[in-house]
Amino acid sequence: MNGRPTIDRPTPDIPTTRGHDLRTVGLDLAYDDRVVVRGLDLAIPPGRITAVVGPNGCGKSTLLRGLARLLRPRAGQVLLDGHPLHRLPSRQVAGLIGILPQSPVAPEGITVADLVGRGRYPHQGWFRRWTSTDDLVVADALAATGTADLAARRVDELSGGQRQRVWLAMALAQDPDVLLLDEPTTFLDVTHQIEVLDLLADLNRQRGTTVVMVLHDLNLAARYADHLVVLADGRLVAAGDPADVLTAELVASAFRLTARVVGDPVTGTPMVVPVGRHHRTPPLPVRS
Amino acid sequence: MSAGLLAPGAPGPGVDPASAPSSAPSSPPAAPAAVRRTGRRRTRRVLGALVMLLLVAVAASLTWGGLTDEVLAHLRALLGLPGGQVSFVVGTLRLPRVAMSVLAGVAFGLSGTLFQTVLRNPLASPDVLGISGGASLAAAWAILVLGVSGAAVSAAAFGGALAVAAAIYPLSWRGGVSGYRFVLVGVSLAFAVSSGLGYLLTRAAVDEVRAVLVWTVGSIGTPRWPAVGLLAGALVVLAPAVAVAAHRLRALELGDDLAGGLGVRPDAARLGVLAVGVALAAVATSQVGPIAFVAFVSGPIARRLVRGAGPALAASALVGAVVVVLAELVAQHGLGPLEVPVGIVTGLVGAPSLLWLLATLNRKGRGA
Repeated sequence: MNGRPTIDRPTPDIPTTRGHDLRTVGLDLAYDDRVVVRGLDLAIPPGRITAVVGPNGCGKSTLLRGLARLLRPRAGQVLLDGHPLHRLPSRQVAGLIGILPQSPVAPEGITVADLVGRGRYPHQGWFRRWTSTDDLVVADALAATGTADLAARRVDELSGGQRQRVWLAMALAQDPDVLLLDEPTTFLDVTHQIEVLDLLADLNRQRGTTVVMVLHDLNLAARYADHLVVLADGRLVAAGDPADVLTAELVASAFRLTARVVGDPVTGTPMVVPVGRHHRTPPLPVRS
Repeated sequence: MSAGLLAPGAPGPGVDPASAPSSAPSSPPAAPAAVRRTGRRRTRRVLGALVMLLLVAVAASLTWGGLTDEVLAHLRALLGLPGGQVSFVVGTLRLPRVAMSVLAGVAFGLSGTLFQTVLRNPLASPDVLGISGGASLAAAWAILVLGVSGAAVSAAAFGGALAVAAAIYPLSWRGGVSGYRFVLVGVSLAFAVSSGLGYLLTRAAVDEVRAVLVWTVGSIGTPRWPAVGLLAGALVVLAPAVAVAAHRLRALELGDDLAGGLGVRPDAARLGVLAVGVALAAVATSQVGPIAFVAFVSGPIARRLVRGAGPALAASALVGAVVVVLAELVAQHGLGPLEVPVGIVTGLVGAPSLLWLLATLNRKGRGA
């Protein structure tokens, strides 16, 4: 009983293959008349962690909403295993793709156990009530996120870090094969940021869940992502292995920021060190 | 929101990243199944207490003024037991009145709670939003202009409620419906409707005004059994729709994006829940008029009794029934020789309830 036995226990709800082909073809996304994402061709690598980065207002969150079927494409398509996402039944999509929006709001007075249980919604109907499988999955989700002790607490009494883990537990209870997260580390201090990202990496390795997350921190994105997607002004600037993608030229063109890219002393992944107007000299020593 | 964020190394459970993944076995009593059972037990206790309170209120309404023997004899007669004696006062006056009070309270309680939950706004109830007012205006118009009475007035009231609801929805639509805009549009329409009612009343004859009055404040009066049956039948028909609405609300309560991610189309689901709420309010108003504040206070009272999250629909229905039965009791017997329409009593109760609601909301730092 060491490690996390609960995660690996096969439950009837967990299918054997989790890899799904999620891609966009010539995708335009818009709010009313304002086109936010233009002509996007993007393939999400199945079973891997993808980070979406880009300057503010570049359409990262909009892309995530499009991938989650929350926004109907203006043009082009989102394809899930070759099927147009918008033609699939919403219940079926909810069983495969989960989304955790940026700073979600919990209903007043809800307990942690109740909130996490809401993640089971796609697996239930108004006639099909709560089952022991649901209890098992919720208990697993709480254990995996280290929130089992909080089960009886009210969500509005929790700290920011605890609350974010509870929302992650809800997404885990939904048990999607593809999990989309919009800035899951916002408002968290550095300890909790690392904790949440480690948790997502665990989820990816142990369950094979495909993770797509919008991140602001380029260095954390480079560390945790297998695949980096860079957007600017609604268009795809670059996509691929962070080590190949994240260069000083790319940071300059996508973010209009002069920066050095050095090796992360811990992981060796690219690390972006901004220069800024006041700190141009002396030259930074490049670590390897 | 940010209080806990900056607390470095707060010794809360699981904050230490090393201990986070393996903290599950330390707390068997807080298992989610146990937490759910505790919540359900509390809900059951609250529902049981509300049922008892409702039964006491119903018994008091039936037997008020020393009619216990008469009531028992009448019930014996209804059940075909020996020693039964049909009573006019019990069977024709009090029993349908109490039955109508219970049914109307249930309908208003459910309707208001559905509105408040789906629009995420405690002000969003059909009586505040002019939906009940639409029923009043249409009923007054039917009596004063068309000169009809009875079932035709009820039909007009039903149509008036639907018409106002059907006007609010598109007027508050801006690429989706927000609770805030819905409430603003509804309150504006409530003022317009009230002006219309005032206009009709000023040009009406004095004896007609009395007939219209019950439609402006809401009154149980002395309903006939077919009217009671109509409302009961409507509630039975709407019950499955309420169950579906309650289920949808579990997802909608989390916000549109999360609801969408859980497989609910937010706009369609919201429209569905609102339609059920409007149907409940319209059918009840068509029988008893817009009894003030019942739809408004039932949900908040029920939620405070049940605690936890969720719309607490069953508790809201029972609270609504208790409120109307008790208010009707006061309206009939509590104000000396004068019998007043029940809506006057609920209005008197409603104002302090609103103040209490605002006070408790402010304590949590969420009051506007």
